[in-house]
Amino acid sequence: MHGLLSILIWLPIAAGVVVLLLGERNIAAGRWLSLLATLVTMALTLPLIAAFDTTTASFQFLEHVPWIPRFHAAYALGLDGISLPLVVLTAFITIFVVIAGWTVIEVRAAQYFAAFLIMEGLMIGVFSATDALLFYFFWEAMLIPMFLIIGIWGGPRRVYATIKFFLYTFLGSVFMLAALIYMYVKAGDYSIASFQSLPLTLVEQRWIFVAFLLAFAVKVPMWPVHTWLPDAHVEAPTGGSVILAAIMLKMGGYGFLRFSLPIAPDASRELDMLIIALSLIAVVYIGFVALVQQDMKKLIAYSSIAHMGFVTLGAFLVYDIVRATGSVQGAGMGMDGAMVQMVSHGLISGALFLCVGVLYDRVHSRQIADYGGVINTMPIFAAFMVLFGLANTGLPGTSGFVGEFLVIIAAFKASFWYSLLAAVTLILGAAYTLWLVKRVVFGPVGNDRVAALQDLNGREFLVLGALAIAVLLLGVWPAPLLKIMQPTIHHLVDQAIATKIPL
Amino acid sequence: MTEMTLTWSGVAPAIAEIYLVAAICIILLVDVFAGEKNRGLTATLSLVALVVGAALTVTYGQVTHKVLLFGNMYVADELSYVLKLAGFLIVAVVLLYSRAYLETRNILRGEYYVLALTALLGIFVLVSANSLLTVYIGVELLALSVYAMVAFDRDSGIAAESAIKYFVLGAIASGALLYGMSLIYGLTGTLDLAELGAHLHSPVSMGVVLGIVFIVVAVAFKLGAVPFHMWLPDVYQGAPTSVTLFIGTAPKIAYFALALRLLAQGLGGTVDEWSPMLSALAVLTLVVGNVVAVVQTNMKRLLAYSTISNVGFILLGFVAGTQSGYTAALYYTLIYVLTALGFFGVILLLSRAGYEADELDDYKGLYQRDPLLALAMMMLMFSTAGVPPFVGFWAKLRIFQALWETHHFWLVVIAAAMSVVGAFYYLRVIKLMYFDAPAVAAPTAGRSTGVRLVLAANAFAVLLLGLLPSSLLDLCSRLIH
Repeated sequence: MHGLLSILIWLPIAAGVVVLLLGERNIAAGRWLSLLATLVTMALTLPLIAAFDTTTASFQFLEHVPWIPRFHAAYALGLDGISLPLVVLTAFITIFVVIAGWTVIEVRAAQYFAAFLIMEGLMIGVFSATDALLFYFFWEAMLIPMFLIIGIWGGPRRVYATIKFFLYTFLGSVFMLAALIYMYVKAGDYSIASFQSLPLTLVEQRWIFVAFLLAFAVKVPMWPVHTWLPDAHVEAPTGGSVILAAIMLKMGGYGFLRFSLPIAPDASRELDMLIIALSLIAVVYIGFVALVQQDMKKLIAYSSIAHMGFVTLGAFLVYDIVRATGSVQGAGMGMDGAMVQMVSHGLISGALFLCVGVLYDRVHSRQIADYGGVINTMPIFAAFMVLFGLANTGLPGTSGFVGEFLVIIAAFKASFWYSLLAAVTLILGAAYTLWLVKRVVFGPVGNDRVAALQDLNGREFLVLGALAIAVLLLGVWPAPLLKIMQPTIHHLVDQAIATKIPL
Repeated sequence: MTEMTLTWSGVAPAIAEIYLVAAICIILLVDVFAGEKNRGLTATLSLVALVVGAALTVTYGQVTHKVLLFGNMYVADELSYVLKLAGFLIVAVVLLYSRAYLETRNILRGEYYVLALTALLGIFVLVSANSLLTVYIGVELLALSVYAMVAFDRDSGIAAESAIKYFVLGAIASGALLYGMSLIYGLTGTLDLAELGAHLHSPVSMGVVLGIVFIVVAVAFKLGAVPFHMWLPDVYQGAPTSVTLFIGTAPKIAYFALALRLLAQGLGGTVDEWSPMLSALAVLTLVVGNVVAVVQTNMKRLLAYSTISNVGFILLGFVAGTQSGYTAALYYTLIYVLTALGFFGVILLLSRAGYEADELDDYKGLYQRDPLLALAMMMLMFSTAGVPPFVGFWAKLRIFQALWETHHFWLVVIAAAMSVVGAFYYLRVIKLMYFDAPAVAAPTAGRSTGVRLVLAANAFAVLLLGLLPSSLLDLCSRLIH
């Protein structure tokens, strides 16, 4: 088991470099190599799941090599209950990105696959780093391939979108870096564990909390710093949108759980209303915004923001639950919900963007008005689209239900009004998603281009089918996922409600 | 003053300077007798001279502890040893990159090489200075060589204009330096930097403060800190690119040494006096450098403002006023020089006869015309923007760390915000190279494989030092302690 995490990080990166070197002339070999690399990476996560000890909250599969001895920064990797599911999700989703781009990408295809492979390694690195400097290293490095993916293979306004994306995330991140260095100067090393146990005054915690909030709120994204996301999603190629929605947004949520809550618990307690308010605004207001979108990708992008609002809401409910019920029992339910929601949203939003990609490859339009009656010519596709649409609305039996349900219950424990507002999303989510499905899929055939549509080919069927199975499986049987997370969430609740203010 | 006795062991640590003087004389003579047809000879010989110089320095010039020579005017320590080796290496790379450019423009003259070597000699003197007098000699030797280099393409009007501008403003700065030194000397009675360091402690008299002000102004001018930066964009743009490459790289080491020897060592006891001055300069420099760079359309001018903004970061290291801060400034300077070498190397490789490749539009679609150059440029750009996995990230990180250690909260915030502004114009260049269609379809000239290899190594070093930064960080730390 030792060294497996390193392999998960560096195998895709090495494969990406090889694909890049093979170049456009050997693109056939490049494609197969990319697919092989992603499949092997996914296969290598299976022993991790099998060997994962679900009775402990401590990090497992540890690796520790001194990296910069002078700074006491180490190449330190490990997984716990909240990072393992995200690593598996990353490995899982990237396979479909490679398959989905198989023939669709015609210009600079070798670089396209290389960029996604390198991204995969870096993203796994973000989730498995247990050293803050290493975490930041991967976190920032990831921006480079994504910047190029949107900028090279994106739509007409790709340059605007990609520069906006880069600068927004960079702005958030540099302040996080400043906070990390501050804590290093106090703690003497960069391990996340020592940051978590470092005593900090309330004033320090507030500043650190704000710095983290800038970084993670941009990434999630939370209202009002969400505006880069619709642009980036609309302009990005299908694969880019999938990775953005399915994985990169999760890093914000992961950051809140890994950094904000355990490192600045007192500031989190003090400022939890801020996060809850922003989350509820995202859920309700952005839901309305999604309702009026004309562009399918933009609609799904806004839907992502609303759904990610559930993640941040769930993560920060813990204090109000403790206040309202006076007990730690069940305080972690919001976090449970947040984690399930992250995994589930990764699958559903990825699938929805792939659905849009299927249509876009045929019609070259993302406008809802250009479609209508797709079910008449693409019945199999329509079935998938309806399934993922329903999952997006949180239909019981799909993964979307589990996360939202847990968060709403937790919100109810904290305050009736939270749950009322959060539950509005069930109505709004159903409204915008089902209306989208109705306008695109159902009704009479809208125009000649729709009439000429071909149904899914084998490759597309494989991709959507696999995601559909995952969505349903997680929906009816979320227990294994919850079991993996349980000890870590318990530990996290303990950390979050403890105080770190030195006496 | 101790009695001077000239023995080999007594001067061996100064081997680099002694050798270089001899080499310059020989090259001057060879150049005179080589005639117009054998201009390449001077170029090759200079390169050989640099390699031999580095070898001699390693063999004889290595010092394990601080050695004072020539009546304590000259110091040889590990810092000066390493910086001299770096000087040899940087100038060698500069000469390699520039040769093709000079040839295609018919300005492959001996002057360029001889002046580059005398400038290097000035750098060495400055790096090893232990007296105000030695500092001044080093500054002038370097500055005069560089003024002449800017003007050496005598048919170019814009180069002559830049040279005049540089010379006049540089002369004012030299005057300020000398005036500040004279004030300090008059009030303390010593030129020796070590003695100054031992005796000058805050609080100091108004006269000393005045002297410090003039010295800070001179240092700020030499580094190109706002508001003493006016010469820098004009000189960068006006000088032949091969000269800009020289100005933008090797002298930065010397000016780091100037700031270190004067402020940190000679005036180390008065850090409370000059640190606030530098912090005001640093903030101005960061803001002006980054914001003005955003609107540039000329690549050399853009890089000039990028230099200015990087100088802001170097100054921040000095603002901290601690060992850790100086280490950060040294590390930042070395990384900056490494990156700048690559930047101008790309411009030089792209230019052809009658085509300077210095407008930003010349970089449109570079990826399609020359993937290697585009990739190298992209790595260098991301590095300077401070994005991991490239080495520029560590340079910025090191500065932030030094600032936190000395509780400069607002400086951290300003520097962080300004590095985001900086990222914008670096991204713009990458956008031109990777996202835009080429304006001219012609592929770049395919020749000069050797130089391309050097450039590839240069860019790769930026990545490698970014992945494994430990050794260089340790080295810088050791040199300062």
